[in-house]
Amino acid sequence: MNRRHFLATSAAAAATVGFPAILKAQSKEPLRIGCPLPLTGPFAALAADMQRGAVLAADEVNAKGGVMGRKVEVLFRDDQLKPAIGAQRTKELIENERVQFVIGGLAAHVQMAINEQTKKSKVLYISTSQSDEISAKPDTSPLTFHEALNPTITSRVVGNWVAQNLGKKWWIIYADYAWGKQNNAVLTEVLKKNGGTLLGTTPYPLGSAEFSAHLPRIQAAKPEVLMNVAPGADNVALHKQVISYGMKKEMKIAQPLHWISYLKEGGPELYQDVYGGINWYWELQDQIPTAKKFVEASMKKYGMPPGDYGAYSYSAVLELARGAELAKSTDSDAVANALRKNPTYDHFKGKQWWRTCDNKSFQDMWIVRGRGPGQTKGDWGYLDIVAKVPASEEHDRTCAEKGFA
Amino acid sequence: MKRAAVRAVAAHPVLTFVLVFAIFPFVVPYKALATQVLIYGLFALGFNLLYGYTGLLSFGHAAYWGLGAYGTGLALAKLKLASLWGALGAGLVLAGVAGVLIGFFCLRRRGIYFAMLSLAFAQLLYFIAFHLADVTGGDDGLRGIQVPPLRLPGLTVPLESSLAFYYFAFALVTLALLVLKRILDSPFGAVLQAIRENSDRAVACGYDIRKIKLLSFVFSALFCGLAGGLDALRLAVVPVESLYWTTSGQVVIMTLLGGAGTFFGPFVGATAFLVLEDRLSTFTESWPLFIGLIFMAFVLFLPKGIWGTLLARLRS
Amino acid sequence: MGGHFGAPHLITALTAQLFTGLVLGMIFVLLAIGLSLIFGLMTVVNFSHGSFYMLGAYLGFALVGYTKSFWLALIVAPLLVGLLGLGVERFLIRPLYGRSIDDPLLLTFGLSAVIIEVVRLTWGKIGLSLDPPQALGGAVNLGFGMFPAYRLFVIVVTALVLVGLWLFLERTNVGLVIRGGSRDPLMVRALGVDLRRIWLIVFGIGSALAGLAGILAGPMRSVYAEMGVTTVIESFVVVVVGGMGSLPGAIVAGLLIGQVVSVTTFFAPKLAEINVFLVMALVLLLRPSGLFGEAGLME
Repeated sequence: MNRRHFLATSAAAAATVGFPAILKAQSKEPLRIGCPLPLTGPFAALAADMQRGAVLAADEVNAKGGVMGRKVEVLFRDDQLKPAIGAQRTKELIENERVQFVIGGLAAHVQMAINEQTKKSKVLYISTSQSDEISAKPDTSPLTFHEALNPTITSRVVGNWVAQNLGKKWWIIYADYAWGKQNNAVLTEVLKKNGGTLLGTTPYPLGSAEFSAHLPRIQAAKPEVLMNVAPGADNVALHKQVISYGMKKEMKIAQPLHWISYLKEGGPELYQDVYGGINWYWELQDQIPTAKKFVEASMKKYGMPPGDYGAYSYSAVLELARGAELAKSTDSDAVANALRKNPTYDHFKGKQWWRTCDNKSFQDMWIVRGRGPGQTKGDWGYLDIVAKVPASEEHDRTCAEKGFA
Repeated sequence: MKRAAVRAVAAHPVLTFVLVFAIFPFVVPYKALATQVLIYGLFALGFNLLYGYTGLLSFGHAAYWGLGAYGTGLALAKLKLASLWGALGAGLVLAGVAGVLIGFFCLRRRGIYFAMLSLAFAQLLYFIAFHLADVTGGDDGLRGIQVPPLRLPGLTVPLESSLAFYYFAFALVTLALLVLKRILDSPFGAVLQAIRENSDRAVACGYDIRKIKLLSFVFSALFCGLAGGLDALRLAVVPVESLYWTTSGQVVIMTLLGGAGTFFGPFVGATAFLVLEDRLSTFTESWPLFIGLIFMAFVLFLPKGIWGTLLARLRS
Repeated sequence: MGGHFGAPHLITALTAQLFTGLVLGMIFVLLAIGLSLIFGLMTVVNFSHGSFYMLGAYLGFALVGYTKSFWLALIVAPLLVGLLGLGVERFLIRPLYGRSIDDPLLLTFGLSAVIIEVVRLTWGKIGLSLDPPQALGGAVNLGFGMFPAYRLFVIVVTALVLVGLWLFLERTNVGLVIRGGSRDPLMVRALGVDLRRIWLIVFGIGSALAGLAGILAGPMRSVYAEMGVTTVIESFVVVVVGGMGSLPGAIVAGLLIGQVVSVTTFFAPKLAEINVFLVMALVLLLRPSGLFGEAGLME
């Protein structure tokens, strides 16, 4: 409270513009990263994971002496899953807390609003939300970076694997909004490329969680694979209802993404043998040495392993630190250019890199499968790792397709 | 002393507003908060005209806020209009037309039926905006809004900085307040309040209350539309939630927190709610718990709202 | 791309749809009855109704954890929510009588936020999974296809509760006063009845019904703190369509809206949500007091 008040008054005294030189120079002032995220509301669990990941990254950087001798601090604000609030919190972080950089956004529509503010204020923003548009024109900018996966990458990877390994006759149920529609479109295209048949698609209004109206018809069509493109609580509800109609025994079930929080919520009965894609799962520490330190730090501090969104924020903060060290500056343009000039990084899960045209992070993905009751390991061991899909720029749209020359 | 202050404020509302809000950005923790309060205050002001002064509770006022925002946003993002006034004007027209059409239907009913009908219309607009993704951006929101500079005869003022935009909005809101004052002080305004007090008696006195209510509805929609348009400029994005019932709920809360049926109530309420939400959510993740409790305490103990209670004490 | 249907397929598909709509409708009915009575009798708009629904599911989950019995939880959870409703009416809403009719609306709006946050603080941010009892876990062949046994159970339980409620309202003195009070509060008061006791009971019953709806709905979907927020708006729609204060109205409208949602979801999924509001708008414009409501109520 005191420190914030002090900062507010000293900032007011120093006036708003005209002193960037003083701010840029080496000082003991901490390096501040703003992070709006939905701490309240239906995705609070995912946001809590994101918060933990960012804090772990800051701890790691500070243990090594910080960035250019400055301590890294991440400031979290509740965006309530609403774009207008997300924008307001971003303004507050930039104007009041004078953050150097911004990460975060969990929901795609909120990250768009955050992005408009960071673009306006010329602050570097690393988005940790899953969206196709954020890394394409006209929304993106030289200061907009995208760490997370997006529907195109996810659905191409998962779609290909499922078509080649589980079956070629699909039915897709998808939430009727941007994320759902994008995944549906890409899955449809991928199935066609693999010579499969799309028996049907069923859009449903996001949040309605009542699928029983559709299930008898889907059952009658006898698909080999049912694609569950429902997010959050809808995902859990759909699995429940599919099981209650006896459909789980009749077909394979897959989804573009698994989220560790919903695996826990739904439990092993619900998610047994459900295939999906994921950017990060803690049991990868058995295969990847650098992952071990991430998992151990999280277990030590929080008593739980880091999850998928925690991984995004961890990576984002570490990248900001790396970029600032490379540029020897906290100026957003300088750091952005430094990251583009040195795009390759590997903090905890293997090689990742930023593509130059759209500042998109490319990273390895894994196909995972839910473990059944009695097979889970401890409190969080819900998934079997089935296959690794190494990063490739072919998984996303080309620079040209995103509007770059 | 305090009494005299309150009396002075009540007697010269627009002047007081100008004095307070001229320095407001330097009073609150950061400037963008001041702009948010100003714009939501205008939104609440528009709502208050219909609810506090005419006595009609609408659950669907997000419609005019949202249409004002979309009108302004679409003019700038899709039609590539270069004029600030043109864009705001487009928002006003959209909100005004909606006010006429929706008002025509809603006013056929009274009380809770009026409220639910207004909710239904606003939700319909929400779903249309959600699904017309090619035009409105759908659930991702309308982006691509570039704020043109303010062009006055002999002067071009860029509105990029927080402070510049604040004073631009401040000028417009002051104008709106002057208009509102005119409306309320006029015979028309007197009839509005007569309708709020006793609708049947107003009819008995020979007033065409249907037409008057509709006029009030449209004025209300225009104020809210202007506020929405300003917010579109402020955020450079129009979220589809602008049309959702939670936005309607927010403006009701702000108006009631401040004091319905009072001139300043809306601004006091907007300040209280937004500053409280801003600061509380910085300190604790459980801020909805505290806001909910504070709100309940207000309803139980300060039902006239902050400003309303002050005024009532003054008069007693 | 929905597949090609011949006439017999269509009939079985539609029948399946009707049953699904029936289940949906039953949940709506449970929610609407409470809301309608509270509206009609007390002119109170109870925004916290959705959070009572949510509490029913959460308390049900907790009770199943303690007692290992879904059946016990099914009885106790609604009672607990009903008790909470009694407390809310007595201490939070009663002080507001005689004031503006918007005050209870606002208070219950704030209360809803408080309840959601308390639930989140108690049970955490990750949602819960409420499972149906083992006996009801499978699907039953109803001739037109497999239908989940649990959903049939929901239909049966709700029907029983409705019968019980009807008996209570028709055959007891308290029920008589409630029915009279919702039609003509002034007359009832003139007859010397202490309306405050009645309102307390009505609020308690309405809340208990919401809690029951919650624990019944829980196993079919996902249990999370915000699950009542959209439901409350849908419940208002049902109440308006049925007519405020009308019990038969709440039942008919609940079932009707359940079918509207189900059938629309089947034929035109994108329109499913708009349709509900369209129906409400039409009813309000053409027959404002709702299907069964009395004109002049709540104006």
